[in-house]
Amino acid sequence: MDALILARMQFAANITFHILFPTISIGLGWLLLFFRLRWLKAASANGEPLQAQGWLDAYRFWTKVFALSFALGVVSGITMSFQFGTNWPGYMERVGNIAGPLLGYEVLTAFFLEAGFLGIMLFGHGRVSEKVHLLATFFVAFGTTLSAFWILALNSWMQTPAGHEIIDGVYHVKSWVDVIFNPSFPYRFTHMLLASSLTCAFLLIGLSAWQTLRGTAQRSAPRVMRVGLTLAAIAIPLQIFVGDQHGLNTLEHQPAKIAAMEGVWQTERGAPLLLFAIPDERSRENRFELKLPKLASLILTHELDGEIKGLNDFADAHPPALPLFFAFRIMVGMGLLMLATSWLGWWLLRRARWQPERLPKWLLWSFSAMTFSGWVATVAGWYVTEIGRQPFIVYGLIRTADVASKQSSSMIGLTLALYVALYLALIVAYVGVLKYMAEKPEETLHPKPGDQRAVPTGAGGTGANAAGAAA
Amino acid sequence: MTLMTFDAALPVIFMALMGLSMLVYVISDGYDLGVGMLMPRATAAEKDVLIASIGPFWDANETWLVLGIGILLIAFPKAHGLVLGELYLPVALMLIGLTLRGVAFDFRVKARDSHKQTWDRLFFAGSTLASVSQGWMLGRYVSGFGTGWNYPVFAAAIALALPMAYVLMGAAWLVMKTEGELQQRAVQWAKIAWLPMVVGLVLISMATPWVSATVRGRWFSLPELIALSAIPLMTGVSLLAARALLNTRAVLGPLAWLPFVLLILVFLLGFLGLAYSIYPYVVIDQLTIWQAASSPAALKVILFGVCISVPAIAGYTVFSYRVFRGKTGELRYA
Repeated sequence: MDALILARMQFAANITFHILFPTISIGLGWLLLFFRLRWLKAASANGEPLQAQGWLDAYRFWTKVFALSFALGVVSGITMSFQFGTNWPGYMERVGNIAGPLLGYEVLTAFFLEAGFLGIMLFGHGRVSEKVHLLATFFVAFGTTLSAFWILALNSWMQTPAGHEIIDGVYHVKSWVDVIFNPSFPYRFTHMLLASSLTCAFLLIGLSAWQTLRGTAQRSAPRVMRVGLTLAAIAIPLQIFVGDQHGLNTLEHQPAKIAAMEGVWQTERGAPLLLFAIPDERSRENRFELKLPKLASLILTHELDGEIKGLNDFADAHPPALPLFFAFRIMVGMGLLMLATSWLGWWLLRRARWQPERLPKWLLWSFSAMTFSGWVATVAGWYVTEIGRQPFIVYGLIRTADVASKQSSSMIGLTLALYVALYLALIVAYVGVLKYMAEKPEETLHPKPGDQRAVPTGAGGTGANAAGAAA
Repeated sequence: MTLMTFDAALPVIFMALMGLSMLVYVISDGYDLGVGMLMPRATAAEKDVLIASIGPFWDANETWLVLGIGILLIAFPKAHGLVLGELYLPVALMLIGLTLRGVAFDFRVKARDSHKQTWDRLFFAGSTLASVSQGWMLGRYVSGFGTGWNYPVFAAAIALALPMAYVLMGAAWLVMKTEGELQQRAVQWAKIAWLPMVVGLVLISMATPWVSATVRGRWFSLPELIALSAIPLMTGVSLLAARALLNTRAVLGPLAWLPFVLLILVFLLGFLGLAYSIYPYVVIDQLTIWQAASSPAALKVILFGVCISVPAIAGYTVFSYRVFRGKTGELRYA
């Protein structure tokens, strides 16, 4: 196979594997802080020890999920910092002055903030004061979000470059504000943060449902499921709105991407919305179309007869239609499914007085089936935006082929096979361990006999008690 | 050297920062990789202590590698492409090794008991693969990616010596962090690793000037040689002192920290020697730091962030080591 395609596949494999874990840790960091605060509040109020214990259990269980996700994010992130050089050496040579500082700030302010405070957050409870531990939890959550901020600023700049000038083929910054807050950044950043919230929400819902089905639901499962459903029910309509706005922004700045997503070959007014089709790159038309008239124009231009540019207008500068067309439909389909599940689920759980075991079996099974639905939607969405940028690495300015490395295709193929085998094994292991933890929560939480109830230092109980539980 | 302008000094500042990150990485991840390679020698119960002794630190330790490579990427983009292109396969193997050990570390405590042994083996395998790859990369890098029969032999020698140095660091770390029977065994491990590490170091010190004319010119000319002899002399004294200390009772008690500190000193001196050999090249004989650097404007923006964050990083690294100071107990999520 062609070395360029292999290099792209290798980078795609790594970045796909990587994004799974930050998507969880960005949202979960804040959820942990939330559990932590609820526990402090319930424990400080005294009189409701069981309720307090539920929040603490939730915090402890999900801290482990966080640690696991974070570790996988770190190791795959390290791989990425190398692959910029091994796969796309020309990229940093040309745009290093822009990408360098953005990547640098990501590593400096965020990566270290997370990794440095993570040790204290995970293992330091009882060794440091309650306040310092809370602060460490906050910094970990803040760090993951800041990390997303910088990396999405760079990614968005590659989609909608702004604020730069080109001198002798090398890019220089004219305005950092324009570079960072480039036209697509606010949309992409919000879209990703909401995607992370939804991924976490469905992870919470799915695992608690699985625990309820298996009869291993503990004090924490009802609370966790309620938090998950509430978060999902609020985030999904916001996400649909933000996604729509993001689409309009893309239509303005990257019309070829929209044309590929919608399967539009010829520029047309009143374009239909294709529910299904198989775009054929060779004959440059769609097969097996199933369409709703004029709806694509209505959605994208908010006019029935709005014009949508077709792929044929972009000659050799448009992305492949087939993967975009399907990835986009998978993402949207998943979003609609999330809307239905979360709203119906929230309403039914409320009717069941927030007791998951009273929910019908089919609903619990549906929740479990959707545990990783956030991953599917997020990855599909990223495929739309990243494949949609092709054949450019910096949209409209630098072609991917021009910055690729000169490694032989056999070398890239060999390492690609190694990475893919490793990543597949690790995803299986990750999901397997999560399932195991959900089914054996007691082993995961390691409760000590006679020390079931930890009390925050300075909140009614003795400090030694909390320290003993953590030591 | 004449006084240089700030713009011309920027690449030097970043080279120093990159070197510092790499040094901190090699020392800090060095001991935890070493502990990983010692895993098969420990009993099941001791394995948990080994893991617990590095638990709060390894994440942060590995981020120094990201910072070092990150600086290479953002401050010296041309060198990043050249170096990583040359080291394509060992980089991939090292990354696979680091990935395996990173995840094995977290999976082993969460997986069912029957799987724990498998994760422990992977933790060992990953640590070894990463260390050997790093040794190979160091060997190739120091010799300027030369071709000819002697270069791969040289790289292979370092690929074996560096893991030994890591094992010694790991054993010294355990001497400091553990007590009782395990501590005594750690002393034994340190003694075993000491000789191969010293032999490796001597061979490398002799081979580096042999494979590189530039390095030879740097070291073997008067009067530099006399001033420079302090580096190998102090290294030798530190290594001998560490070895002698391992035979005393004090190493199990009040001086348990000293072998580890002496080894840090050895790494520091080795680093200084290396820096002296290479400067001002970023790829020896091929690319100087000024040829490889980003524009001064971009470097200034990064420097601003560095000035704020590196002191903060240093601050909470110290804080984190203070929080988890003393002998390692049972490590629990809390």
